[in-house]
Amino acid sequence: MVRAEGVRKRFGRTEVLRGIDLEVATGEVMVIIGPSGSGKTTFLRCVNHLEPIDGGRLYVDGELMGYRLKGDRAYELREREAARQRSAIGMVFQRFNLFPHLTALDNVVEAPMRVRGERRATAKARGLELLERVGLAAKADRYPAQLSGGQQQRVAIARALAMEPKVMLFDEPTSALDPELVGDVLDAMKQLAAAGMTMVVVTHEIGFAREVGDQLVFMDDGLVVERGAPRDVLSAPREARTQAFLSRIL
Amino acid sequence: MEPGGPQPPAPALRDVRTVPVRHAGRWVAAAAILALVGWLLSAAATSGAIEGDVVRRYLFNHSILEGVRNTLVIAVAAQVAGIVLGVVFAVMRLAANPVLRVTSWVYVWLFRGTPVLVQLILWFSLPLVFAFVSIKLPFVDVYLYRARMVDFMTPFKAAFLGLALNEGAYMAEIVRAGIISVDEGQVDAAKALGMFPALTLRRIVLPQAMRVIIPPTGNEFISMLKTSSLASVVLYSELLRRTQDVYSANLRILELLVVASIWYLALTSVASVGQYFLERRFARGSARNVPETLLARVRRNVTTVRQ
Repeated sequence: MVRAEGVRKRFGRTEVLRGIDLEVATGEVMVIIGPSGSGKTTFLRCVNHLEPIDGGRLYVDGELMGYRLKGDRAYELREREAARQRSAIGMVFQRFNLFPHLTALDNVVEAPMRVRGERRATAKARGLELLERVGLAAKADRYPAQLSGGQQQRVAIARALAMEPKVMLFDEPTSALDPELVGDVLDAMKQLAAAGMTMVVVTHEIGFAREVGDQLVFMDDGLVVERGAPRDVLSAPREARTQAFLSRIL
Repeated sequence: MEPGGPQPPAPALRDVRTVPVRHAGRWVAAAAILALVGWLLSAAATSGAIEGDVVRRYLFNHSILEGVRNTLVIAVAAQVAGIVLGVVFAVMRLAANPVLRVTSWVYVWLFRGTPVLVQLILWFSLPLVFAFVSIKLPFVDVYLYRARMVDFMTPFKAAFLGLALNEGAYMAEIVRAGIISVDEGQVDAAKALGMFPALTLRRIVLPQAMRVIIPPTGNEFISMLKTSSLASVVLYSELLRRTQDVYSANLRILELLVVASIWYLALTSVASVGQYFLERRFARGSARNVPETLLARVRRNVTTVRQ
């Protein structure tokens, strides 16, 4: 479903991604861990072309993301084309990024109505259903500022699901939350994984990785250092850098 | 129990009545200011230089009322055009294309850097530069529109062009400040949902930028109501021009200037109230910064002085 081949990315002089090869099968949950500055978030932002890449290829559902190949060159797609590709990929951010001037429900129905041209009644019915799924149907008319962090993040999940994505990307979805609110968000994500959603999750929640992840990837310094089944990587890391990182956070 | 024997029980907290800090200075300042204002008003009323009857008679004079209407027309038209220009040039200023950015910068530099009064006179003097204004089909000798510039550049058009283009330069800076005040994460989220740039700007960025844009824009409009009096020099019959016409005939200069001032104050007061409600409307969704209701504000002020 998601395939990265030698993905490279630099910001100015610093190489943030130095050739990433990864593959996520349909219905699989890939958890990416690693120290800050290792390029996890950047990689996620490259998958839906929020960041242009400097080398390599990224495919989602067989479609090359953000570029068109012509001869031996990759031409960047126009914004409108890139937007169409992104609409099939859901993304959840560390800082929620809900639209503060819209209610929870309006946050959820905005894209289906404006991007896909759905009618208000249809979008609203489905939006309420999604809010119900994350346990927030009662808060549909609240503005984001009136919701707790955990509630906001669950609305953000519902908002991403409203576009019926093929893949969901999670960028440290629980890092900005108070500890007692983390559980609700993780539960919503577990539910989603159980329903068969393909997910790429950047997180520090090792418990989530162990329980839900099909694949665990350890990134450091712009490279994939180690990958494998979460149980194996967590209990018996092969690489010294993975061992060092895990001993610091476990 | 502390070692060293029993201690007297402290009074329960709820038995103590709290008394806020007293501010005697507020009473003194309020009294001094009221006395000063009263003295000024009575001095002006008893000097006899300004006759109240004349002011009252001309306040609703037909010619003056037309002036009020024209002031409103030019101020609203120029402000609306200024806002549109401001949005366009602000977006250009933030565009990736360097030609657009430089164009926007030069526009703001030019129109913000020269006095409006000079710009107004320049537009009105355009017939000195171009004798004719015309729209001509290319290659053939057919004119869709042709007029002498003297006839084309009416006082209204000169006033409108001068005020609107000047306002656009200020609005461009205000709108730009509003747009860059919106968190980048908002654009990321909109993009990630598949929204394209124009849609993101219209549905996500501008509505949030409004909170930052509206207060200074209200300020600009109030300023515009007054600046429009400069249009009197290009013979547009707005309030000041009409006032001058009347007093040059009857020589009641002070009375008529008071009439004009009363109308300007009335217009700006109405605009202030409008601004207040607009701000409340666009504060939706933000827990902080919601302006209090008028009643709450009055109540708070009264209790503040009483303390």
